[in-house]
Amino acid sequence: MTIFYFVAFLSIFFALMTIFTKNPVHSVLYLVVTFFTFTVHYILLNAQFLAVVNFIVYMGAIMVLFLFVLMLLNLNKDIEPMKSNVVKVMGAVAGMCMLATFLGAFKVLESSNEFVTGNTDVGLVKNLGKVLFDEFLLPFELSSILLLTAMVGAILLAKKETKEA
Amino acid sequence: MEVAFILEKLILVVIVFTITLVIAMYSTLAERKIAGFMQDRHGPDRAGIFGLLQPLCDGGKFFFKEEIIPSGAHKPLFILGPVIAIITACISSAVIPWGQDLTINGKVISLQVASGINIGVLYMFGVIALGVYGIMLGGWASNNKFSLMGAIRAASQSISYEIGMGLSLIALLMVTGTLQLEDIVAQQSGFVNWNIWVQPLGFLIFITCAFAECNRVPFDLPECETELVGGYHTEYSSMKLGLYMFSEYINMFVSSALMAALYFGGYNFPFMYELGLSENWITIIGVIVFFLKIFGFIFFFMWIRWTLPRFRYDQLMNLGWKVLIPLAIANIVLTGVITLVKDTYF
Repeated sequence: MTIFYFVAFLSIFFALMTIFTKNPVHSVLYLVVTFFTFTVHYILLNAQFLAVVNFIVYMGAIMVLFLFVLMLLNLNKDIEPMKSNVVKVMGAVAGMCMLATFLGAFKVLESSNEFVTGNTDVGLVKNLGKVLFDEFLLPFELSSILLLTAMVGAILLAKKETKEA
Repeated sequence: MEVAFILEKLILVVIVFTITLVIAMYSTLAERKIAGFMQDRHGPDRAGIFGLLQPLCDGGKFFFKEEIIPSGAHKPLFILGPVIAIITACISSAVIPWGQDLTINGKVISLQVASGINIGVLYMFGVIALGVYGIMLGGWASNNKFSLMGAIRAASQSISYEIGMGLSLIALLMVTGTLQLEDIVAQQSGFVNWNIWVQPLGFLIFITCAFAECNRVPFDLPECETELVGGYHTEYSSMKLGLYMFSEYINMFVSSALMAALYFGGYNFPFMYELGLSENWITIIGVIVFFLKIFGFIFFFMWIRWTLPRFRYDQLMNLGWKVLIPLAIANIVLTGVITLVKDTYF
């Protein structure tokens, strides 16, 4: 439990650093560290597969792309787009609404007995695979179709731009 | 028990670490010797017999050279770059099974640092994916256009080829049915059971992607010296440059070990159980055989370097996305069909 609190503290600390730091590249790097602490959380929960997938996909691929884009843009203070106050206020309100939603959602969420007493090995690859392709086959297939749609959409958008240019 | 276990693993880690560093060190000499052989000249032969002390001299030179951090550089990240590169290179070998279990006085010693990990192959994959941060951060923090170009090339190249690598690996995993590296190697006992016989196409894709992930010729565009001076390490000097080069050679060693373990049977060798040797001898010979396979792959890496010219950047992207990925997907489908037919009719 002490490890959990320590890692949770680190997660929140680096998440805050992501927001508060001025330099966009630092911000992304703090986000990478935040994701790493999530990986540690998954390992503490004995969810090895989720841990390593989080590691590969978020840290290894998505954040590299983030960094890639930021390096290409080379943002700095002189050319940083200034946002108007209206946008800032709207952002704050929207963020607070989301926080309220999350708080409400977590309040009604009861940690079910099944989760506490159930099989703790469900996060291992074999068990997870069996659960995914048996019990949750339909949601799994649906989400893969969703991802495929998103991918096709992204390729289509990228293609259109090159045609017009 | 607990202390003994930790001590056992610690000794193993130190041994693996030392071997890795020594091999990386002598890879530099081997590369120059092989280059000399390919180009019909001697290569370095002044320091020690056959130039055997050359790596030590090079290392010493790296340590004593002046360390320059450019004034425009982002200092913390500039230092962090080579650190990440070398750390990720060194920790990736943790899941490789170097040999079968040794039995000494009834005590079984596993020759794998992190044995029993459920996700061995994926762990390696994740660490390899992380390695690109070292190059990206170093390139960006140098505050140099050439370095930045190198860093960006490294990022896009590694992401593109990771997909092909992952897909070729999926086909292999469909055959082996496990993610645990020690199980994958154990399944390939003898000679006919090697995975290369069932996954030749997958191996070809995998080795191509491994070349790209290690930034080796013909895919060394991140440090393409004809266009980018030195690529991502243009601004680096002294031991920081040394660490980058070292991490490249360690990556080469580890990916050679991975390929030998995944496709070429790891520590398994032909007739290993027919010769009537005791368990421990089989293990010892197995370790030697495994390293011979690794050296074979390292030689192959170097052979390719002095044979093929560098790809152009668009050719690299075309090869990755339009050739390797469709081939890898076709390989997955083919593997699936063959497995299904085999399971139903035979």
